[in-house]
Amino acid sequence: MALLSFERRYRVRGGTLIGGDLFDFWVGPFYVGFFGVTTVFFTLVGIALILWGASLGPTWNIWKINIAPPPIEYGLSFAPLHDGGIWQLITVCALGAFISWALRQAEISRKLGMSYHIPIAYSVAIFAYFSLVVIRPVLLGAWGHGFPYGIFSHLDWVSNTGYQYLHFHYNPAHMIAVSFFFTTTLALSLHGGLILSAVNPQKGEAVKTAEYEDTFFRDHIGYSIGALGIHRLGLFLALSAGIWSAICIIISGPFWTRGWPEWWNWWLSLPVWN
Amino acid sequence: MAQYQNIFTQLQVSGPPDHGPPIANISFRTQGTRLSRLLGWFGSAQLGPIYLGYLGVASLIFGFIAIEIIGLNMWASVGWDPIQFIRQLPWLALEPPAPSNGLSLPPLNQGGWWLMAGFFLTTSIILWWWRTYRRAKALGMGTHVAWAFAAAIWLYLVLGFIRPLLMGSWGEAVPFGIFPHLDWTAAFSIRYGNLFYNPFHALSIAFLYGSTLLFAMHAGGPVSRTFVAARVAGSAARLAAGRCRDRAPAAADSGAGR
Repeated sequence: MALLSFERRYRVRGGTLIGGDLFDFWVGPFYVGFFGVTTVFFTLVGIALILWGASLGPTWNIWKINIAPPPIEYGLSFAPLHDGGIWQLITVCALGAFISWALRQAEISRKLGMSYHIPIAYSVAIFAYFSLVVIRPVLLGAWGHGFPYGIFSHLDWVSNTGYQYLHFHYNPAHMIAVSFFFTTTLALSLHGGLILSAVNPQKGEAVKTAEYEDTFFRDHIGYSIGALGIHRLGLFLALSAGIWSAICIIISGPFWTRGWPEWWNWWLSLPVWN
Repeated sequence: MAQYQNIFTQLQVSGPPDHGPPIANISFRTQGTRLSRLLGWFGSAQLGPIYLGYLGVASLIFGFIAIEIIGLNMWASVGWDPIQFIRQLPWLALEPPAPSNGLSLPPLNQGGWWLMAGFFLTTSIILWWWRTYRRAKALGMGTHVAWAFAAAIWLYLVLGFIRPLLMGSWGEAVPFGIFPHLDWTAAFSIRYGNLFYNPFHALSIAFLYGSTLLFAMHAGGPVSRTFVAARVAGSAARLAAGRCRDRAPAAADSGAGR
């Protein structure tokens, strides 16, 4: 596969965490590395397990395929393969693949002399998954609390788990996470729009500079956060969304067992107005 | 050894404020600017100038009226008690008319105020949209930000205007209120069985989560890449200011030493 003109100089040796020169090569545009190998391994094994699990079920309809976690009765033990064990193995493969992917990102960052912002950001997403399938089930005492692997079945899990708390929208950490998700989408659309508006100016106009980007937002709202600032802000907003999502589900069950609307009673019963 | 990670700016350089390229109605730009060192840790330190044109001022007036209608109705609903207003604020609402009202104009205290607040808020939003369009054109830039904003306005109009119109009843619309609008969301989902199964809802979630994923990926790049440049610039600036002896040239140790 062809390299762009400026890419060739970045094909350098080094930066590996494990394996030294052994896996320090590319396949087409893709850097391999030790963790490229482990990613492919966990991915293939995981997909094979998913296909096996699907074959044990009643359907190949992609929306209805479902691989369920073990029943609650098995607690935190290894379940029989046909009764949730496959789900457990798939989870191990998923975490293996995701963590391998993050470590591969780290190797590439090291090779290019960059810092680790990208693998750290990705690790927040891994943490969100980890909190759903490991942290919360362990705190609740059973792997069965993890979500099933299936397109519609995992949505049913979300819905049912939400209703266990009567009205999940009242979870304060969920409110914060949702606000961060919407704000991230707002900020990304503003950022993308601003850049595109500078490089696709009005007919007959020259391509605009950073000075124009800043001026647009100063004219518009009196403040421009700047080129570096918007990326810091975007990273902060996006990672906050993930972190608060993980918090909102970890507290539901292990730390709060009643309906979430009831949580707000502490505010209504403050001494200052009672 | 701890290493600078380019999250907070270590050396804030200040100079004359940037007033930006000239535009046609430049007199509508304010003169004053301020530098905020707090903001400067994270983004640009300069506050202002701002463009105060007719569209923006009109938008703010209409928006203020909308907020007053909503807030005063909520306050009235707790008997004008200021303490109860604050205490119950998350639960307070300004509700749309009853479904039996259809699309006709209801009495003020049975949804009329809701309709009026909605009208003022919608006008305010559309005027602000026009402002984003005009500010881009004035600078000779593309109008992408305005069209992106239009996507959000489309959602707002569908929820509060278009769908109620198509359903024949203002009562279908969303109430104003923190918890009440969340209750509306839950009830709407139950009314249609479970909104997760709505394919367009599924698509919109994919795009909501997707934009969060993409912004995290996109932002991680520039922040980690400019960290090398920032270290170099920071060292150079510090050397130039005579503040300290730098230990080693920053650029040289980025590869070989580790």
